[in-house]
Amino acid sequence: MTDPTSPEPTSGGPSSRDGAGPRVPTDSLGNPITVPDSADITVVTAADGSRWELVCGLEVHAELATATKMFSGAPNHFGDEPNTNIDPVTLGLPGTLPVINEKAVELAIRFGCAVGGPESVRRSVFSRKNYFYPDMPKNFQISQYDQPIVVDGNLELASGHVVGIERAHLEEDTGKSTHVGGAGRITGADHSLVDYNRAGVPLLEIVSRPHVRSTDQARQYVAELRSILVACAISDGKMEEGSMRVDANVSVRPEGSQEIRTRCEIKNLNSLRSLARAIEYEATRQADLHAAGERLVQETRHWDEAEGRTGTMRSKEEADDYRYFPEPDLVPVDPSPEWIAEIAALLPMLPAARRARLADIAGEDRTAESIVVIVDRGQDDQALSAMAWVTRLTTGGGDDAVVESASVDVVASEDAGAVAGPDPRIASGADAGAAWSVDQVTLDAASAAPGPARTRVLVHTAQNLAGDGGAALAPRRLAELVLLDSSGQLTATQAKQVLAVLVVDPSTNAAAVAQAKGFEAMDAGALELAVDAVIAANPTEWEQFRDGDPKVRGKLTGFFVGQVMKATKGQADGKSATALLTSRASG
Amino acid sequence: MSAVDAGGADTAVRIAAAVRAGERSAVDVLDAHLARIDTGEADVHAFNLVMVDAARAAAAAVDARVAAGEDPGSLAGVPIALKDNLCTRGVATTCSSKILEGWVPPYDAAVVERVWASGGVPVGKTNLDEFAMGSSTENSAFGPTRNPHDLTKVPGGSSGGSAAAVAAGFAALSLGSDTGGSIRQPAALCGVVGVKPTYGLVSRYGLIAFASSLDQIGPFATTVADAAVLLEAIAGHDPADATSIPRAVPRIVDHLDDGVDGLRVGVVTELMGDGINPDVRGRVREAADALAESGAKVEEVSVPAVMFGLSAYYLIAPAEASSNLARFDGVRYGLRIDAPTTNEMMVASRTAGFGDEVKRRIMLGTYALSAGYYDAFYGQAQKVRTLICRDFDAAYERFDVLLAPTSPTTAFDVGAIADPLAMYMNDVCTIPSNLAGHPAMSVPFGTGSDGLPVGVQVLAPALGEVAMFQTAAAVEAAALTVREARS
Amino acid sequence: MSARITRDDVVHVAKLARLELDDARIETFTAQLAAVLEHASDVGALDLAGVPPTSHPYPLVNVLRADEVGATLPSHEALAGAPQAESGRFRVPTILGEAP
Repeated sequence: MTDPTSPEPTSGGPSSRDGAGPRVPTDSLGNPITVPDSADITVVTAADGSRWELVCGLEVHAELATATKMFSGAPNHFGDEPNTNIDPVTLGLPGTLPVINEKAVELAIRFGCAVGGPESVRRSVFSRKNYFYPDMPKNFQISQYDQPIVVDGNLELASGHVVGIERAHLEEDTGKSTHVGGAGRITGADHSLVDYNRAGVPLLEIVSRPHVRSTDQARQYVAELRSILVACAISDGKMEEGSMRVDANVSVRPEGSQEIRTRCEIKNLNSLRSLARAIEYEATRQADLHAAGERLVQETRHWDEAEGRTGTMRSKEEADDYRYFPEPDLVPVDPSPEWIAEIAALLPMLPAARRARLADIAGEDRTAESIVVIVDRGQDDQALSAMAWVTRLTTGGGDDAVVESASVDVVASEDAGAVAGPDPRIASGADAGAAWSVDQVTLDAASAAPGPARTRVLVHTAQNLAGDGGAALAPRRLAELVLLDSSGQLTATQAKQVLAVLVVDPSTNAAAVAQAKGFEAMDAGALELAVDAVIAANPTEWEQFRDGDPKVRGKLTGFFVGQVMKATKGQADGKSATALLTSRASG
Repeated sequence: MSAVDAGGADTAVRIAAAVRAGERSAVDVLDAHLARIDTGEADVHAFNLVMVDAARAAAAAVDARVAAGEDPGSLAGVPIALKDNLCTRGVATTCSSKILEGWVPPYDAAVVERVWASGGVPVGKTNLDEFAMGSSTENSAFGPTRNPHDLTKVPGGSSGGSAAAVAAGFAALSLGSDTGGSIRQPAALCGVVGVKPTYGLVSRYGLIAFASSLDQIGPFATTVADAAVLLEAIAGHDPADATSIPRAVPRIVDHLDDGVDGLRVGVVTELMGDGINPDVRGRVREAADALAESGAKVEEVSVPAVMFGLSAYYLIAPAEASSNLARFDGVRYGLRIDAPTTNEMMVASRTAGFGDEVKRRIMLGTYALSAGYYDAFYGQAQKVRTLICRDFDAAYERFDVLLAPTSPTTAFDVGAIADPLAMYMNDVCTIPSNLAGHPAMSVPFGTGSDGLPVGVQVLAPALGEVAMFQTAAAVEAAALTVREARS
Repeated sequence: MSARITRDDVVHVAKLARLELDDARIETFTAQLAAVLEHASDVGALDLAGVPPTSHPYPLVNVLRADEVGATLPSHEALAGAPQAESGRFRVPTILGEAP
């Protein structure tokens, strides 16, 4: 690269913006930028009606699962009293020096092996990124600039779309400031208080290529990345605790074109939902500017969740000049092939490979169907075994077919909704009256044509399965329950209740429990009566539903189905109820 | 000329031997030094802080250990002064800057720990050019230090206080830091021995950084043997410093008197040119001749890249310094000037807290690293560094050690040099060793025609301390002979 | 090398470095820095294509430490030097703008 001081890749910038000659935009390592096509592209419409495609890259910062900080032995621990997990190096006291945490390097290597194989791990050098901010003890951050530890990886999403990973590098986290007065926000605050507990925590910054073409892909990417990080014990990936942070680099281009235009970085995305909303908003904002012939400024913008918009960050009058130079207090890290191979050998099965295996077991064509198994760590064996049983029971493979087990770690249950899309059957959080929460997920393929029967996996996701409760639930029993549910003989709610019993009582089976509880599938006629009764009882909402756009309908579906469930004491089948509502609305 | 005499001050080797043998008490030794401080410090101003109580306590502790039949270590009872950019736990460490005035570190520098562990007695924190930036100690925020040989002259810098303390007999040994010559040049101007070790030989943990890839801590002493003892006590790998060399420390003391028979000595042509005072050049030639008489093979050698050393240094050192000094912002410690916003507070605190030379170098360094200029300035200078290393390596194919002046002149008047660039020229002979990471030391060798001390510089390749000290010992012996011949 | 350092450069760099210079200093520093850079232009004139930079004088690699908790600084000691502290944290005036 020619000028190591320019901190951001030269993508989406001058070459197309001011038409100054055919200079190919390059990423931070000097590679030309490419944007792949996709069957799933988010297209926004500008105010003038022109249509613009999304081009998006994601930057994820993951806090590493180490005992100590990146450059000193202070504890890496969340949630303690302020300024208690610090030492002189953390505070950057005069005279102190950094020393690299071996475990952090190991975890970065692990990540490289997971997304790009051993050859993606490189000799790397630490650099200083210089800027002033009170949560930065040294007023420079030790990071990696032109020689990162990992390059050229790939992440295969659940849908099969592949997003390239340009690089991943190690750096230290900053402290945290809280703002006093002004309702806790930085604007209008009277003063601020700084806690350095988080300062120095090891971060892995993972930068994707601009291969994300839709908001769905963005969410899938984050979910998939998180599942890898958790599976490989690299990070605990808790967005809500800040141990995984996502920034989005968004640009747009005229539909059908191959242009690469100016991009903006969006920060402050605290959930998958914010991510999708922010990308959508920003894409539209940019499209409007382009369509109006106005210049789009390359800048970092802040997502305002409450207002639902991105805004310019107020900090700087002049452009950031980070004045990167190699960190003189640290020497290069050049992992030996032996060390890398050792780490690669210990990788668990990764999600894409796991999906392929699940597809094999379930006999599904994996390009036509995406199955995401939502479990917490430790219950994956069960899920896979249950799937195997489902297959055997449905195809008559017999009891003595060998069940292989594999290690599976995936997305946390609370993210299931976001990943799966709106589905009124998903219940996250504890079921009222039940000791556990149960999620069931169906993820429809983008091409949701009539095809192979969808397989649902009913999975127990609360803590108890990891303990004694889990051991009591034999995969075969789970599989039997799944079949009762997927064949419609039990409703989702009923299945949950049966599951609660099965987990504590190994002597029984799903059919017996269902009978004992008096569960019967509600017949179609009874369901129609229930739905019509609810429609009649809520005329205002029905009118809104009938006349409303998809967004309005989506919201009201939840309301109506909820009412139906209440009326039938949970015996109605949600999906069937929804189908009835839709047909009533159009009829 | 008015001077402060160190007459009667004993060497560290003799003090430690006597104290360990129970022949002298550490407390008595300390008192003798404190008495000299009482008499001369007002004139010399070597110290920012004299640690009377801590010193007395340390000396008493040493005596107690001797009385208990223990061996306190190689520096037993030796009064040692510490440059005030070395962190001392519980004792103010200021870098002679207003921005750190009164700052008390919660930890000891690694070298400080090792000095205490060897039985050393802390006498005080010595004055320096602010943040070690300077060649005269005139940039101190707390007033200059004076050269004990002539109080109208500078002691050199930036470790002027440490050099003067030893020259005036206030301490038997002292520690300084050397980034571009800040130990060797004041050693030469004050007529004492000053050593910059191989980069990485001595831990930098606890040295308040100026330029991280150049800084090294080293000893001042009145004799080469004393300097060797102190260096061995502080050298060695430290896991808290990632640039510290993980190899055994060279056995310097053991080989000190091996002599120079057959040693190949190269006198560096580029550093003996017209930019060097003729008296200084004369002394260097005499030292070279003396070495030849002792059996060394002495020739001239050209190390062409050293001519670019000054330029490269004044791009690299300020660049690293601009980053190292960014932490001084009034948020966590040090001077804070209040203001309505944090940014204004940082600006006000730094503006009030840093002196002009520090500001200049921060500006220079920031500029050299800034967007669009990195390649031309910092990047280019790091390449020049490679050239210097290569030229030195070539020289060391044919020679074991090199000889050169330490300082282009003898001590100049306080206030004589106002132009920063002119002041930077003082480092032309010393800078190349910092850029290469090689050891170098200054040995007193006679005086100029003005009667002021001259230092001869011995240079060696990385981890070449043994040969360097052997040569220095021979030069020292020759200097004594020359002095006796003249008196 | 590049064009001579100007007054505007000096003002810009001072801002980057969080220093405030009065007019007199801006004038003097501009001249002094220009002189130093002029002197250092001999370095800029060298053709060093193909010469690698030296960042570390002694060639070490892979200096790492084990992931084990070491001694921490008690928070009261950490805050002891703080110009202003509140609720166990370092207190600073209003911060304008988000972190970059």
